[in-house]
Amino acid sequence: MDLGLIAQYLANGIMLGTMYALVAVGFTLFFGVLDVIKFSHGDVLMLGTFTGFTVWLGLEAIGVTNPWLQLGGILLVSLGGTALIGAAIAKWVVLPLKKAPGLNILLITLMLGTAIRECVRLFYPNGSNPKAFPALLPSASVDLGSFALRADSVILVVAGLGLIAALNLVINRTRLGLAIRAVAQDEETARIMGINYTLVVLATFAIGSGVAAFAGVMNGLYYNEINFGMGLLLGLIGFSAAIIGGLGNLYGAILGGFLFAGLQVIGTALLPFASAYKDVFAFAAVIAIMAWKPTGLIPERTSDRV
Amino acid sequence: MTDITLDTARAPRRWLAGALLIAATAVFGCAFLLAEETWEVLGLLALAGAATLAGWKLGLGTRITESWTAHETTMNRLALAALLAVILTLSGHHFPLLMLSTMLLYFTASLGLNIQFGYAGMVNFAGAAFFGAGAYTAAVLGNVEWLPPLLTLLVGGLVSLLLSLVLVVPIVRTTGHYAAVVTIAFGVLFRTFLEVNEVLGGPQGLMVNPMSLFGWSFYDAPTVFGPDASFYVNYALLATALAALVFTLVRRLERSWLGLHMDAVRLDETAAACFGIPVRRTKITAFLAGNLILGVAGALYGMMISFIAPASFTFADSLLMVSIVLLGGMGSPWGGAVAAAIVVLLPEKLQILQEYRFLLFSVLVILTLLFRPDGLLPRRVRSFIPGWRAGQ
Repeated sequence: MDLGLIAQYLANGIMLGTMYALVAVGFTLFFGVLDVIKFSHGDVLMLGTFTGFTVWLGLEAIGVTNPWLQLGGILLVSLGGTALIGAAIAKWVVLPLKKAPGLNILLITLMLGTAIRECVRLFYPNGSNPKAFPALLPSASVDLGSFALRADSVILVVAGLGLIAALNLVINRTRLGLAIRAVAQDEETARIMGINYTLVVLATFAIGSGVAAFAGVMNGLYYNEINFGMGLLLGLIGFSAAIIGGLGNLYGAILGGFLFAGLQVIGTALLPFASAYKDVFAFAAVIAIMAWKPTGLIPERTSDRV
Repeated sequence: MTDITLDTARAPRRWLAGALLIAATAVFGCAFLLAEETWEVLGLLALAGAATLAGWKLGLGTRITESWTAHETTMNRLALAALLAVILTLSGHHFPLLMLSTMLLYFTASLGLNIQFGYAGMVNFAGAAFFGAGAYTAAVLGNVEWLPPLLTLLVGGLVSLLLSLVLVVPIVRTTGHYAAVVTIAFGVLFRTFLEVNEVLGGPQGLMVNPMSLFGWSFYDAPTVFGPDASFYVNYALLATALAALVFTLVRRLERSWLGLHMDAVRLDETAAACFGIPVRRTKITAFLAGNLILGVAGALYGMMISFIAPASFTFADSLLMVSIVLLGGMGSPWGGAVAAAIVVLLPEKLQILQEYRFLLFSVLVILTLLFRPDGLLPRRVRSFIPGWRAGQ
């Protein structure tokens, strides 16, 4: 196999890994503060992407054609709007159910995801068909032998990794991050220490959803196509990634995201006779990892109180 | 003393309440299955809602529960008889019978999932995959001449059981969300595998040969029920038999020491282990038994709809099965029957609202879980002696 092809696979893997990690981070953040799995995450991501698409349509309509300006507008509205939606879901769906069994929350959020998906399919103009997402980033490329390094991929990956790094800083270096970690560790003690619990939970959901919207816009810019069902598989993969990394741990989610992308790429590269089996291979590997490390690669610290 | 005399005087009436409910449900079921116009369907739904509400307010709920507890075996037999009567009444109509059979098979599948979710407290988000394993087995074995199709049902269950053996290690080692991801991954894997696999028909799917019992092909309409009978009568009767058999077995399992072990493991693994209950063995038993039932039901389903494709066994279908279990109430077999009826029939009957039915359905499940988190018919405390009531 020549070097160019390997580089191509690697670039693809890094791109996918960044996207998956961004989704997985949301799952792990929500699990950290509330011990719940919010399965509508993937569909919230889709909603964010459609919001971005709508903004682009609007900007085109009023005559703003500078791609950077458009991109800024899309990101601003999409991330902000999705953050608000995430906080709203937390406030009216997840928080009231905090005491319910975990399975019920899982099912409710799954159904909420279905509802969001159906709403977009039914009520977005021509929502059941795929939409062509604009290619706003410069498409120049540098030829390195048989491998073409595209500028838009580089920008997307750098922006994604930058967002992950920024998120890491927020969680580990700011007062808000301290509050989030405190709530994740022990809700009651955090309350006693004067942390506004509800606000912290809402902020966490807003952050997680905003990050997911970024992953969605990234997906749209990379593949130049979005559809109402895109959130389901991305959500599933993000969830699997968060789980194999170990829930409640930011690094676990990042590790899981890149690991899943790596598995998919390996599946494509090493099964050349049947690259269609890449998802089969990746999910089989997920099951094997769960058998080997039942609480993820970076396990959360738990103790059973008897 | 007075209590006892009063009680004996009321005894016959207690029997009546349950019987009346069954009769009313049967009549309503016939009407609902035959209703074709939107206004008829909506009217019947409104009627059912009003009747339930009125029954609730008048305290009929407790009366029916009491009567059901006191004469459980009789009630179950009556329900079976009512179901047979409904099938006979509908014997000339293809579509209502198909819906009824589908509902019965989903009910059977939910009984299998109930062992896992309701009794042993394990999660399984790959229900449709095990269901599909049975259906694909039926498709592949349908061409084997020497194998009696009735045995194919069993083989379908066994194939599903073999597949679940692969998952036993990760399932037993993980708990909670981690176990959920194992089954979700398996469900997605199964579907993707079927789609890319050429041998099993790929995305186009496979034809399934029909069921035949002792040389009687299920394509032929039974002449016993008159000249216009639909061939779906065969499937409806067989699905009824299967559902009744599985229902009995699951009830027996619940009452046995195995069911007791499963309850103990669900409520507290550590405590169960302290009392010498083999936690792992119990979990494996529950997982395998549930999937066996799913496979058998799936095999019959495949034969009935006679054409299967990977698109029928997606993650969304697994979710549908889980929502039957949760809507009905975990560990409550009759709840599963009610929920299966709602989940299967409602979307089919609201075809006019075709575009909006999934939206309506998801909103309905959300509302039910928000306002009735234990399900429609929550499981009650296990009674060791039938007919025994507290304080008697």
